[in-house]
Amino acid sequence: MKFRSMLAALAVLVLGAAQAQEPIRIGSFLAVTGGAAFLGDPEQKTLELYVERLNAAGGVLGRKLQLIVYDSAGDAEKARTFAKRLIEQDKVDVIVGGSTTGETMAMVPLVEAAGVPFISLAGAVVIVEPVKKWVFKTPHSDRQACERIFVDMKARGATKVALISGAGGFDKSMRAQCLQVAKNHGIEIVADEAYGTGDTDMTAQLTKIKNTPGVQAVLNVGFGQSPAIVTKNHKQLGISQPLYQSHGVASKAFIKLAGDAAEGVRLPAAALLVAETLPDSDPQKKVVLGYKREYEARFKSEISTFGGHAWDGLMLAVEAIRKAGSTDKAKVRDALESIRGFVGIDGVFNMSATDHVGLDISGLRMLEIRKGDWTLVK
Amino acid sequence: MSAQFLQFLLAGLTVGAIYALVALGFSIIYNASQVINFAQGEFVMIGGMCTVWLANAGWPLPAAIAAAVLVAAAVGLALEKLAVEPARGASVVTLIIITIGASILLRGLATIVWDKNIHPLKAFSGEAPIQLGGATLLPQSLWVLGVTVVIVLLLSWFFGRTLLGKALLATSHNRLAAQLVGINVRHVLLASFGLSAALGAVAGILVAPITFTAWDVGVMLGLKGFAAAILGGMGSGPGAVLGGLVLGIVEAMGAGYVSSAYKDAIAFVIILAVLFFLPSGLLGRRSSDRV
Repeated sequence: MKFRSMLAALAVLVLGAAQAQEPIRIGSFLAVTGGAAFLGDPEQKTLELYVERLNAAGGVLGRKLQLIVYDSAGDAEKARTFAKRLIEQDKVDVIVGGSTTGETMAMVPLVEAAGVPFISLAGAVVIVEPVKKWVFKTPHSDRQACERIFVDMKARGATKVALISGAGGFDKSMRAQCLQVAKNHGIEIVADEAYGTGDTDMTAQLTKIKNTPGVQAVLNVGFGQSPAIVTKNHKQLGISQPLYQSHGVASKAFIKLAGDAAEGVRLPAAALLVAETLPDSDPQKKVVLGYKREYEARFKSEISTFGGHAWDGLMLAVEAIRKAGSTDKAKVRDALESIRGFVGIDGVFNMSATDHVGLDISGLRMLEIRKGDWTLVK
Repeated sequence: MSAQFLQFLLAGLTVGAIYALVALGFSIIYNASQVINFAQGEFVMIGGMCTVWLANAGWPLPAAIAAAVLVAAAVGLALEKLAVEPARGASVVTLIIITIGASILLRGLATIVWDKNIHPLKAFSGEAPIQLGGATLLPQSLWVLGVTVVIVLLLSWFFGRTLLGKALLATSHNRLAAQLVGINVRHVLLASFGLSAALGAVAGILVAPITFTAWDVGVMLGLKGFAAAILGGMGSGPGAVLGGLVLGIVEAMGAGYVSSAYKDAIAFVIILAVLFFLPSGLLGRRSSDRV
């Protein structure tokens, strides 16, 4: 009898030790290849780099982190399959991923049903509005980008705005958001033009805008090469009203494509792009600069704001697990919702039961392109 | 108002000239083989991407352009030799499907050989816009229009005055008869692929400074070029040029005067109308004379 109970005690000990050794599983699915690879690639690199670093520093709650990444190629159907696998087969503790809104929305029902904390890296406002119990996200929403732009226009005295947008999902969502919030900011949209995804020339639309009376600023909502063509056409036609672009083109590639025409273009973007020029008093400076240096030293490639979303997602998850003191899913979710004053790459996060992004528009910096580089608009 | 009209017209002509060059490529291969070569857009992509790649490697622009056209022509010849010719006896539909497969393969190869990024190409002679009656025009647009005119003239000389050109024409009229008078139709087919590829590449290079280039630009330009060829009458050289210009101008005017959101729809509705009421296109041969 004594021997038996000792054996049982031993078994409990061994099992307990095994439990302690069990890694914390972080699941992810990203658009690493395909059309949205420019999102998924830096996101994957960031997750890998920082899981490695966290493990080197002893892991979280004394347990190692294990990263499981699948490539969804930006396909919502694949994202759904992988989400299922992450939840049922890999039994992950938390999911950080979803490069695009389509992928994210495809798996929302799954995580809601299974009750797994999920931090999305995609932009559209529909992900967190209405609030879903288990779903959070890191980037600013397109509505906030619109608001940031309108605030800057107003500061320059421009209230009559011509809108030109593409036909993609991002373009359409942001256009709708801009139209919706314009009035709140005292902005009047006096022209609303569109172009197709593969279009090679937008001078016709811009000529129409040029001839619309009263236009004080032009806003282009778009993705990929089209905004660069709009920028070039804007210069070709000699339109004197300032041109604003969305955060969708906040990368050096845009400046390279648009060339001289990009001079003077303004757009909202995360602090990451101007890390070096931030004032020392900026609460984000240390975090942002640290991430930029580590990423660039490791991958020898230029930083992108999209990788920053992944940094925020991972670190928020880690922070929540630390706060919860376990990987109990309900506790982690509650901890996520109660995160306040967390300084990340996209801004300072203040989550709440009604706000699962937790960012205000101050995290979005207004940048102007001068001499082929970003400058912070004061 | 007239300045606005002129601006739309210039925009339409520039884009239309590119559509015309792509459409000519479709027509030449169609004439030689009755095949609609859906890899035509990929020749456009290869021209642009190859030029950018060589220019970035330090080649002078004219040399990069010449080499890119040759590379595209070589790819065209290889496509005919390796994919179309082995399937010689197959039906036209099979051959068309082969070209669709080839286009997917070429796009995939481009992402491996080059990359998935979008690339700019320096304009041939500056980017300072030219003022023209209240409208503006980029110097590159003049290059597009000028080179298109030269190519159309060269092609009409080629088909009207040279033996190979006449052989191509003869094959398009009656393959069997052409064979009977001693024309090697296999060589004609090969030549048609090389020529179309070179034409597509020229279009891709001319347009790259205006619209940039990337591994997937061929899809949309190929589609529009195909639409232009249908509009003008598949197989007709002047029809291809006319179709391209009409399509470009209609798109620009549609975007300018009607609604920019329905720009592509306007173009495709016109094409549907042409197919319903004028099935052989504006300048195509009436199909009734073919049995």
